[in-house]
Amino acid sequence: MKKNMLTIMKKEFARFFGDRRMVFTTILMPGLLIYLIYSFMGAGMAREFMTDDKYVARAYVQDMPEELALLFDPISARWTEVSGPETEDAKAQIRDKEADVLIVFPESFTDRVEEYDVHSGETAPNVEIYYNSTESESVKLRSLLVDILDGYESSMANRFDVNAGEEGYDLATEKDVAGQIFAMLLPVLLMSFMFSGCVAVAPEAIAGEKERGTIATLLVTPMKRSALALGKVISLSCIALLAGLSSFLGTMSALPQMLGGQQNGVNTGVYGISDYLMLLGLILTTVLVMVSAISVISAFAKSIKEASTVVSPLMILVMVISLAPMFGGDGERNPGCFLIPVYNSVLCIHGIFSFSCTAAQVGVTIVMNLLCAGVLSWVLTRLFNSEKVMFSK
Amino acid sequence: MCPYGFSVFRILQISGFGMCALRGNGMDEILRVCGLKKTFRLSAKQQKLEKSGDRKKVALNDLSFTAYRGEVFGLLGPNGAGKTTTLRILATLIRPDEGDAVIDGASVITEPGEVRQRIGFLTSELKLEEFFTPNYLFDFFADLHGVGAKEKADRRKELFERFGIDQFAEVKVGNLSTGMKQKVSLAVSLVHDPDIIIFDEPTNGLDVLTAKVVTDFLLDLKTQGKTIIVSTHIFSLIERICDRVGIILDGHMAVCDSLEAVTAGKSLEDRFFEIYEERVGGIA
Repeated sequence: MKKNMLTIMKKEFARFFGDRRMVFTTILMPGLLIYLIYSFMGAGMAREFMTDDKYVARAYVQDMPEELALLFDPISARWTEVSGPETEDAKAQIRDKEADVLIVFPESFTDRVEEYDVHSGETAPNVEIYYNSTESESVKLRSLLVDILDGYESSMANRFDVNAGEEGYDLATEKDVAGQIFAMLLPVLLMSFMFSGCVAVAPEAIAGEKERGTIATLLVTPMKRSALALGKVISLSCIALLAGLSSFLGTMSALPQMLGGQQNGVNTGVYGISDYLMLLGLILTTVLVMVSAISVISAFAKSIKEASTVVSPLMILVMVISLAPMFGGDGERNPGCFLIPVYNSVLCIHGIFSFSCTAAQVGVTIVMNLLCAGVLSWVLTRLFNSEKVMFSK
Repeated sequence: MCPYGFSVFRILQISGFGMCALRGNGMDEILRVCGLKKTFRLSAKQQKLEKSGDRKKVALNDLSFTAYRGEVFGLLGPNGAGKTTTLRILATLIRPDEGDAVIDGASVITEPGEVRQRIGFLTSELKLEEFFTPNYLFDFFADLHGVGAKEKADRRKELFERFGIDQFAEVKVGNLSTGMKQKVSLAVSLVHDPDIIIFDEPTNGLDVLTAKVVTDFLLDLKTQGKTIIVSTHIFSLIERICDRVGIILDGHMAVCDSLEAVTAGKSLEDRFFEIYEERVGGIA
């Protein structure tokens, strides 16, 4: 049986790696695309939040109080006083993206602010800032002005401050910060990459063989059906793993650009070898579960197209499960959750990245995944024996 | 009639033996098919096509016959008579609802792996991966059959030269002509040099030249002492290569005897239509 299993594995590898187009679209392209797209997104986001030092905003103001004029001085803007009908012209210019903001202060703003009693029930004096949300410089300037005005408002009734000094008040370590970010992002990314890798190869190798009529040629050989099932599941898992790994490497390479680099404290070096080894074990066994589940579903399908369609609900389920740690939940505290395939992997991956996972939890998960993959491979063996499933038209 | 009586088989089956008794005739029996029954469930669409309200279609109904070592046994019948179903049961691709077939001592029900080891099966339904070359596929199937390296090399040389595959050995199957694909399938199905060879419509869809190559090869296999079970609806093929013939009509074995006994001095075609009219009625 072992010899036939190896023969099937060799054939699956030859089929996959012999097809350059398949290798490119399944392994190289996803990682490359993810790297390029995420890097592009990161650069785009950085550009969005970066201010252009040379830019001089065009701002209009009505009834500007002298005290505030001093606060607005550091802003790189050319201020123009407007009044009466000019305010409508200023608004039109902002609408046409020719100017950035218009601030309208109530008349005698500082006096009215001083006289205002918060307990009176009257409406507080209102400063109006007109801006254009589709123009980034306009949005940035509006945000800056709101911050200055909020600061001015706070200074008027300053009784106490919170964290006003230069002291580093956030005591979280670099490790904790990195852990929090990775634990939030990576379970869902890893699970989706693994599943995509499996979907790229398993339906082709099972439903595809049925569709092309080549499965019957294999079934008339003396090889045991279990050798065929295991040979397919193991080889497809290896290929899916490579596909998933490519996407993972693409993501990890682009992550610093996406998250703004290491200046934000995101550093992959906070994880040790044992963390990576546990992660490897989890990924390997999770891919086995996914490939065997997709293979079982594909065995019922008459074509690759049908198999891909039928697998979609499973993909949605895996994605929903992967998102669980992002929305909290006490799964990691419930030992029973580590007996549920896929969910246990998500919990462990989240736990590893947030430094809260134990070796025992990973051990139970790996054993459960292997058991689940074993049961599904047995089901696949039974399906290879079923004439109704294999030869139904 | 089959070489063993229906009543004898029924008695043994009812009494729990599940196997037919054989009428001794001194020949070395290699295939014994006893009381095969197979029904298929029809989908609503298939029911419409068949113009039948019945959800089940009986493909084989108590089919029995025997083949002897070194002979070519032909299964003759119209489309839908049950020839392919019979051969698929013999190849262990499907299981009968009732009855059994014993091939060289191995039952298709209890020892399907043994049966597959002993037979070579070829049908147009069995396709080869078009991505691979004849060389690769020959090695692959030889490995699955446990053929040793030297034997594999010798068989490849012999079969590839015989069918002219050697010039195309490194061309992907998808790029070969229909005839060459059929020759590659033939070579691959015989990679393990089986004693019993089962062919379903071996010359179907082939041009006259390739059909002749295949027919001549079947005759060669016969001279090598191989047992060949072949299903076809081509009378001339049966007349040319078969020692014995079984005519299947509506899942029953209508006639099963030597070619001479079946034809009784007439042409096989004339005898077939006589038997058909006798058993089924006029031809629509």
